Amino acid sequence: MKTEQRETGLRIRQHPILGEQPQGRQVTIYFDGKPLSAIEGEPIAAALTAAGVRVFRHTAREDHPRGIFCAIGRCTDCAMTVNGVPGVRTCITRVEEGMRVETQHRLGKWGDPHA
Amino acid sequence: MRENPQVAIVGAGPAGLSAAAVLARCGARVTVYDENDRPGGQLFKQIHKFFGSGHHGAGVRGVELGHQLLAECEAAGVEICLSHTVYGIFPGGRLGVTHAGHSRIVQAEKLLIATGATEKALAFPGWDLPGVMGAGAAQTMVNLNRVLPGRRIIMVGSGNVGFVVGFQLLQAGAHLAAVVEAKPQISGYAVHANKLMRAGVPILTGHTVLEARGGDSVEEVTIGRVDERYRPIPGTEQTIAADTVCLAVGLTPSIELLRMANVGLTHLPPMGGYLPLHSGNLCTTDPDIYVAGDVAGIEEASTAMEEGRLAGTAIAAALGLLEEAEAGRQMEEIRRRAAQLRTGPHGEARGAAKAELERRYAQWQNS
Repeated sequence: MKTEQRETGLRIRQHPILGEQPQGRQVTIYFDGKPLSAIEGEPIAAALTAAGVRVFRHTAREDHPRGIFCAIGRCTDCAMTVNGVPGVRTCITRVEEGMRVETQHRLGKWGDPHA
Repeated sequence: MRENPQVAIVGAGPAGLSAAAVLARCGARVTVYDENDRPGGQLFKQIHKFFGSGHHGAGVRGVELGHQLLAECEAAGVEICLSHTVYGIFPGGRLGVTHAGHSRIVQAEKLLIATGATEKALAFPGWDLPGVMGAGAAQTMVNLNRVLPGRRIIMVGSGNVGFVVGFQLLQAGAHLAAVVEAKPQISGYAVHANKLMRAGVPILTGHTVLEARGGDSVEEVTIGRVDERYRPIPGTEQTIAADTVCLAVGLTPSIELLRMANVGLTHLPPMGGYLPLHSGNLCTTDPDIYVAGDVAGIEEASTAMEEGRLAGTAIAAALGLLEEAEAGRQMEEIRRRAAQLRTGPHGEARGAAKAELERRYAQWQNS
């Protein structure tokens, strides 16, 4: 499936110290059912941020939105439901082709990991 | 993975890898466990040039030091187990380790805990909105993930983390609206502050962040002046359009495993809060558990590497792999180099804090 996506300009293609962005394989992931283009092996949180997504989940008690906070797997603020598994830390979980990534409400719902 | 390494190290950051290389060169069977799927801890996102002398890697970027350390470990025969989470620590040098859904217990003669630190947060209305994040998180996003976490950013905190990450956000193409610092003066190096000022970034000392507002994520931020007791001064509020607030308000040692091991802890604010009581050679109150790097008090990657070498040498001596006089000579040399990193207007406080820790450790030994 071809993904049509608005270019947000948030990807750093040229960097004065790090040079050109390394080439990665473009894959498609599904964010709340919508196809998004991502780079294989990058953290899910990076792919979503590059696509302009900032709300990753809503909290259990107050239903408040949450996004990236530590980006190194410590705080769990970026937890989402990935391939039917809730509570996945998207900042340290790497993108794979066809991944289903869903905004998590409360503690999330278990789905079919093989769907 | 080795069944029972002689030395088990938790954390493959600058401290853990430095210790591992020293130990392996002394002939120890060393295994390093890290929950991340890549080694180096936070070293690979440090793209700025380090300070210190040539020996400390001055003028070399953190990312290059990371590659050097990995090469050293590989040459010395260190086993590095990535995606291995150490979830528990038990009497007798045993660690609970999980990997790919399976757990096991490994046992080592000596343990080195080099788990690093966690960023501190700062609570204000709206601090939980998406767009408010640790400065380290923003650094990970731009330098490792190559994605901007936002376009218009406010940095809270004028320590070196705030300055360095602020500048790296500029390098990545973001707009840094301001650096906000509650203290009347900046906390970081003037050389870093000057780079930001030359780029036109206002550094607002005596100011704090009062509120972040937005629908589902940050859209604007109100800051204001504080008085000499850090209370906001009414009437000084100003609202700045920003989509991201980075918190660079310090780090705290990641002491979870050490707390589980029941080693003595002590509280020292200049070192980040609670940390393990340790000797000048980084031994905790348990003779089989050592510490090194930020978990032993918040400093820098350069000091973490020296502490790793020091702890590695001390462990090698304790295991009889290094002759005592030779170990003493090497440790003295490393301590001398570490002391050099704890001088000057910014290092002195850390040097004094480490001296205070040694005093408290001696007090514990004599009690």
